[in-house]
Amino acid sequence: MANKTVLYTKHLESGAKMVDFHGWDMPLNYGSQIEEHHAVRQDAGMFDVSHMTVVDITGTGAKAFLQRLLANDVAKLKVSGKALYGGMLNHDAGVIDDLITYYLNDDFYRIVVNSATREKDLAWIALQTEGFDVTVTERPELAMIAVQGPNAKAKAAEVFNAEQNAAVEGMKPFFGVQAGELFIATTGYTGEAGYEIIVPEAQAEALWQALLDAGVRPCGLGARDTLRLEAGMNLYGQDMDETVNPLAANMGWTIAWEPSERDFIGREALSAIKAAGADKLVGLVMETKGVLRHGMTVCFNDDAGAEHKGVITSGTFSPTLGYSIAMARVDAGIGETAEVEVRNKRVPVRVVSPCFVRNGKQAF
Amino acid sequence: MSNIPTELKYASSHEWVRKEEDGSYTIGITEHAQELLGDMVFVELPEVGDTVNAGEDCAVAESVKAASDIYAPLSGEVLAVNEALEESPELVNSDAYGDGWFFRVMPTDAAELDNLLDAEAYQAVIDEE
Repeated sequence: MANKTVLYTKHLESGAKMVDFHGWDMPLNYGSQIEEHHAVRQDAGMFDVSHMTVVDITGTGAKAFLQRLLANDVAKLKVSGKALYGGMLNHDAGVIDDLITYYLNDDFYRIVVNSATREKDLAWIALQTEGFDVTVTERPELAMIAVQGPNAKAKAAEVFNAEQNAAVEGMKPFFGVQAGELFIATTGYTGEAGYEIIVPEAQAEALWQALLDAGVRPCGLGARDTLRLEAGMNLYGQDMDETVNPLAANMGWTIAWEPSERDFIGREALSAIKAAGADKLVGLVMETKGVLRHGMTVCFNDDAGAEHKGVITSGTFSPTLGYSIAMARVDAGIGETAEVEVRNKRVPVRVVSPCFVRNGKQAF
Repeated sequence: MSNIPTELKYASSHEWVRKEEDGSYTIGITEHAQELLGDMVFVELPEVGDTVNAGEDCAVAESVKAASDIYAPLSGEVLAVNEALEESPELVNSDAYGDGWFFRVMPTDAAELDNLLDAEAYQAVIDEE
């Protein structure tokens, strides 16, 4: 029996086509994933992300624990509410999961991890707590709604009470604040402005309905995938997993090498990989007909004329740009062009930095 | 439950066929097929004057989700193709049996029509999937 989020009935009311997503019955779309995609780029859309896992890390050892657990350094977080993205690595520097950490105070951090990795994440985290004065508390009673798009904040403001609106007033990107019953964060997975709102399950339906009434369009996993890929954001299990190190997943910027004495899990292995030269994740653009897809082979020649091959980790049609985009893992020698084997023929593609659309506009 | 008009004939590979007054047949993909594929982003069609053979792939419907070969339900010469799909592939989603048609064929072997399914038989094909 698949898990259902507390918003399951609301999805059916809006005509959702439901699919299994790693054991969760989730909306794929509510009719047209492309129209939902455009709603987020041009107006405001919302996603039920209640399947994601909220975990609170508390105690006097919370900071030291997270400095050991994560490749990014929570010591960077000095202002209450500030958030940090990064990877949780194994000892071989493979990515166990990517996650966001919110700093609430020195004894209280909140992390949000993927749903598909929930069990192994919790097991790994529990294993690492030994020797640290921390308490790890999963918060399954919390639902989560992401409201995204150029008009998302204005429409959410119609739904928030005065206290909540005061709390989010002037809040910069990548912050979170507890305001009444809601934890409201300026984070997202679309490349647009907006909020991710953590809400007690008992109030989730009412919040969803209020956002609907404010003109926020419900959007499914289909649009979520095209939006995140346009924004150049990784999908765990597809663009990286435990066999991939963060340098090969465009997550180099999330590794805090300094201070050099901070011994985060995976550091030793990652240092060796870095010294030897890691693969990288690049963006591909194909402006001719057709769609680049996961698993397709990427071919390119190095300066000596020898052919190298890589693989597309995520590919799709970009509704915003009107042609296909992809992320591909290749070795570091790739130049500005490559070829992809699409349906038995080789098609030329452009190689770009893996970020295609930001705030509604082309970004490469 | 998908919409399956009773006046059309169907191939088990999810194409529909409609007889026109001049003896030609218009071909498209069914409501069920477009629902499975999701939002259409490209449609590749044969060219007018091409000869297509029953059971062979002659077009491609590519959605956000997947690329799918389209098979000719009948052999014959292509009389017309739906050029509107070049600019507006979403017509396949919004009107699979109407404005979302793919191409029109003048059949060379009328006996091939007997191999096609009526609405009831096509429904049975869907039910078995």
